[in-house]
Amino acid sequence: MMSNLSKYRYLILRRIVQITILVLFWGANRYGWKVLVGNLSTAKVLDSFYLADPLAVLQILATGTIISLDILIGVLIIVIFYGLITGRSFCSWVCPINIVTDSAAWLRKKGYGEKGNKYLKLPKSMRYYVLGLALILSLVLGVAAYEVINPIGITVREIVFGFGISATVLILIFLFDLFVLKNGFCGHICPVGGFYSLISKFRLLKVHLENDKCTSCMDCKTVCPEVQVLGIVGKKSGDISQGACTNCGRCIEVCEDDALRFKFF
Amino acid sequence: MENKDSSKISRGDLLKGIVKKGGLMMLGGLPWAAYVEENKEEEFVLRPPGAVDEKKFVESCIKCGICVEECPYDTLKLAKPGDDALTGTPFFTPRDIPCYMCTDIPCVEACPTDSLLKDLVSDDNNDKYDINKAEMGVAVIDRKNCLAYWGIRCDACYRACPLLDEAIVLNFERNKRTGKHAMMKPEVNADICTGCGMCEHACITEKASIFVLPREKALGKVNDDYIKGWDEEDESRLDSNNIYIDKNQVEKSTLDYLNDTGSLLNDE
Repeated sequence: MMSNLSKYRYLILRRIVQITILVLFWGANRYGWKVLVGNLSTAKVLDSFYLADPLAVLQILATGTIISLDILIGVLIIVIFYGLITGRSFCSWVCPINIVTDSAAWLRKKGYGEKGNKYLKLPKSMRYYVLGLALILSLVLGVAAYEVINPIGITVREIVFGFGISATVLILIFLFDLFVLKNGFCGHICPVGGFYSLISKFRLLKVHLENDKCTSCMDCKTVCPEVQVLGIVGKKSGDISQGACTNCGRCIEVCEDDALRFKFF
Repeated sequence: MENKDSSKISRGDLLKGIVKKGGLMMLGGLPWAAYVEENKEEEFVLRPPGAVDEKKFVESCIKCGICVEECPYDTLKLAKPGDDALTGTPFFTPRDIPCYMCTDIPCVEACPTDSLLKDLVSDDNNDKYDINKAEMGVAVIDRKNCLAYWGIRCDACYRACPLLDEAIVLNFERNKRTGKHAMMKPEVNADICTGCGMCEHACITEKASIFVLPREKALGKVNDDYIKGWDEEDESRLDSNNIYIDKNQVEKSTLDYLNDTGSLLNDE
């Protein structure tokens, strides 16, 4: 039982972190807690400083608006934290959409979904085009364009401020991932993940592979939502350095050979 | 592509690649743009006090919802997809809950992006909040359905108004139909009304016969060539439009100018 549980240690920890953040946001609105006020686009922490979503702020800047210093500092903290320290861990440790798309990926693996991407093939790089498009549209339309349709924003806002349409959006993403494209939303479309991929190349926290221990069972590749980052598995020892790695730790916990581990610096 | 060196891309292929990527981006971008445009063109939305004008507001609001959380009366809501405001931005519906005009204006105090601007709701020295300067909208009366205009005695809106006898006044008129009653017709002073919506909230007709509209929707605008000559203040409208009148250039008083026949009689 314990060994079984340890195969999900990071997964459980991630779910705890994701849900705790949502509960703190929710409690701020419901009971006036001051730990984390706002939502994932901008949050006030402990009533003293702000954290801000860099992509949302980039879009606001693209509309030609000057943003306050408080928010810029909040962006800087986030960019340093994810970009230089923990990588694209927002996607797997914070974002609530991750719970939905992980579930779809799990069901797909169990054989309930569509197999082999018959209907739609999209390049992983599409998210960077969506990101570019978000900035162009913000410039042209004078409003942060992705924030209007961002399922992360819609979901978190509705969890905090009351439900509306978000369930529909989540079901749509779930079905898309399950029946149309494997890791479809988080792995191909979402520009927030794309943005963090772009800035995470030089992060300190990385997954490290010791190839001597690796038996090339490829268990890690079956659970990884960004398989292309595991290119070195079975070939040579080294760090998983690509920015697209979300540091979710699934590869580490499923590895029977103890060949993978987190490495800080 | 078959018999070409894969490391070299011909001009034709490059062009095809650009056309393909550009085309795909337009395929995704056009419906996206259409949705965003449709979503943001909500012209009858009422914003919190101190909100900058609507165009700047949708540009700068980061949709954090902190103003909504600070609002002690749950007046402010964050727009969901399908609401009559840009998704994620704060708005209020006075018929449900009006703005209760907090003197410490917590929503403005909390805004991290200056989408709600302190200067717009502060006194002239900018050192103290003055909620009565808010311009959230302006109340408009539907005289056809207002009971007071029928001659039935109702002053619910007048009593509810936080700027009683200033923003809404009652005009007394003789009821010609009965010949022996008074009519007490409410009238809104748009210069003073803040658009808090307490009147709309209080109105007793099934659908409110006094309601708040955004000022740019409810009010007209007079061109600069009409100035109230009897109102010294009114000339300041010109200054605000950056029209510069050099008062030093006018050497003579108006009367002197009209009496000066010198140049008229000069035939040269």
